[in-house]
Amino acid sequence: MGARRMTLREAVAAFVHDGDTVALEGFTHLIPFAAGHEIIRQRRRELTLVRMTPDIVYDQMIGMGCARKLVFSWGGNPGVGSLHRLRGAVEQGWPAALQLEEYTHAALAAMYQAGASGLPFAMLRGFIGNDLPSVNDRIRTVACPFTGETLAAVPALRPDVTIVHAQKADRHGNVWIEGIVGAQKEAALAARRVIVTVEQFVDELRAPMNAVVLPHWVLAAVCEVPGGAYPSYAQGYYRRDNGFYLGWDAIARDPQRFLAWMQRHVLEADDFAQTLALLGRAPSQVPA
Amino acid sequence: MNYTADEMMTVAAARRLRNGAVCFVGIGLPSAAANLARLTHAPDVVLIYESGTIGTRPDALPLSIGDGELAERADSIVSMPEVFRYYLQAGRVDVGFLGAAQIDRHGNLNSTFVGGSYGQPRTRLPGAGGAPEIAACARETLIVLKQEPRTFVERLDFMSSGGYFGGGSSREASGATGLGPTAVITDLGILTPDPVSRELTLSALHPGVSVATAVARTGWPLRLAATIITTPAPQEHELRALRALMERTRAAHGATMN
Repeated sequence: MGARRMTLREAVAAFVHDGDTVALEGFTHLIPFAAGHEIIRQRRRELTLVRMTPDIVYDQMIGMGCARKLVFSWGGNPGVGSLHRLRGAVEQGWPAALQLEEYTHAALAAMYQAGASGLPFAMLRGFIGNDLPSVNDRIRTVACPFTGETLAAVPALRPDVTIVHAQKADRHGNVWIEGIVGAQKEAALAARRVIVTVEQFVDELRAPMNAVVLPHWVLAAVCEVPGGAYPSYAQGYYRRDNGFYLGWDAIARDPQRFLAWMQRHVLEADDFAQTLALLGRAPSQVPA
Repeated sequence: MNYTADEMMTVAAARRLRNGAVCFVGIGLPSAAANLARLTHAPDVVLIYESGTIGTRPDALPLSIGDGELAERADSIVSMPEVFRYYLQAGRVDVGFLGAAQIDRHGNLNSTFVGGSYGQPRTRLPGAGGAPEIAACARETLIVLKQEPRTFVERLDFMSSGGYFGGGSSREASGATGLGPTAVITDLGILTPDPVSRELTLSALHPGVSVATAVARTGWPLRLAATIITTPAPQEHELRALRALMERTRAAHGATMN
């Protein structure tokens, strides 16, 4: 048991398979872009993609034909508008039809929690005044056995693979995450296999007592990928490139321009370091 | 000082937020209004963003709901399950500050799709995110959006977040724990719910806006309150604070933001 240090290419080859349910988590912060690109390069297909906020990383994976289904709770380009490749798949079926399984943030967070807890479902006071239960039959109700109150019930999420990005891991593979943590811990512990990419391997973490959120023995693999969350951010390492998010709108709006961008920056790159170099963003140059 | 209709809307929305309130903030117009309140009359307001940043005081408006700025300036950062379960669902939030793509006469909101059907939408929108549970569980909600016939609609294409449902006492019967929308602030005026029917009625107009304009830019037959007051124009200190905030925001993102 224990986290094996390997390259991201090796980790994706070993642990992400066609048809898997895959969660790349990280709420705005620490989005595992490098892992998304590696999955695209290795041409994984028929994936069920799970993320609270699909963000640009899933816009890219959907547009490149990796997904057959999306489980999510908010699918926009934050502060900018639409994810055009997600919309293209939903509205035009390009490059393939995409099945949606849609929840709210509160529900999806609870579904990861239930998965991490080994429980079959989660309950919440949710979906009140919301039409999603009429289009998603996995949103049901349960009566409280003590008060009789009707509560929403949603199934536990158990991804085949969860991938998260973090700041640091030590020589054993213990993982330090700080800043906005989203549902990363829950998504990781809900999964059958966990891959963590980190900004940096260090010999010893010397972390505050509560900053090591994932012990090494729950992980399948840990990979050092500096800048691996770009254009999202890693608190303490580099800031969110809001200009990239604004600029993505025009790239993703046009399918041909999108394909050309992906060809040049992802498919023709050997790894994420090369992608960053192509974007003029060597990791050491990304300002903190 | 001269001001724009958008500035009037943001100032009017900010004024509704009382000092000391715990406010769950949506991105966009609500974020601008909530921060303007914090920078003017409500320095002790507690702003919570759904990224789990609690008590945050951003210097510039965040582009996303989880910019590093929000984390660096927060009293506390909690996980997504915590912010939705321990803070929102448990009743620790006084005010939910929301926007939307569509609103109906009972303050119900749509942010899911417009036109067609759920399975075959003409325009797929991002979806509801945290809003449904904010609308249900915050003690009250404030809604800010521009008043246009395509936004203020007779019938929503999809109900993403509940206001007063079908009107009357139907919200109470729904299991929602909060009171619902207490005001809808627009670029034309302010709509507030009738105490019995819970239909949104025009109760304030911003300076220079006519009743006829408000009626024309509403997609349902807009009811008028018995007395319609005129919103006090933005004061100089409000406009200065708002413009400085927007200037810092433009500088921070290197691009234009409305």
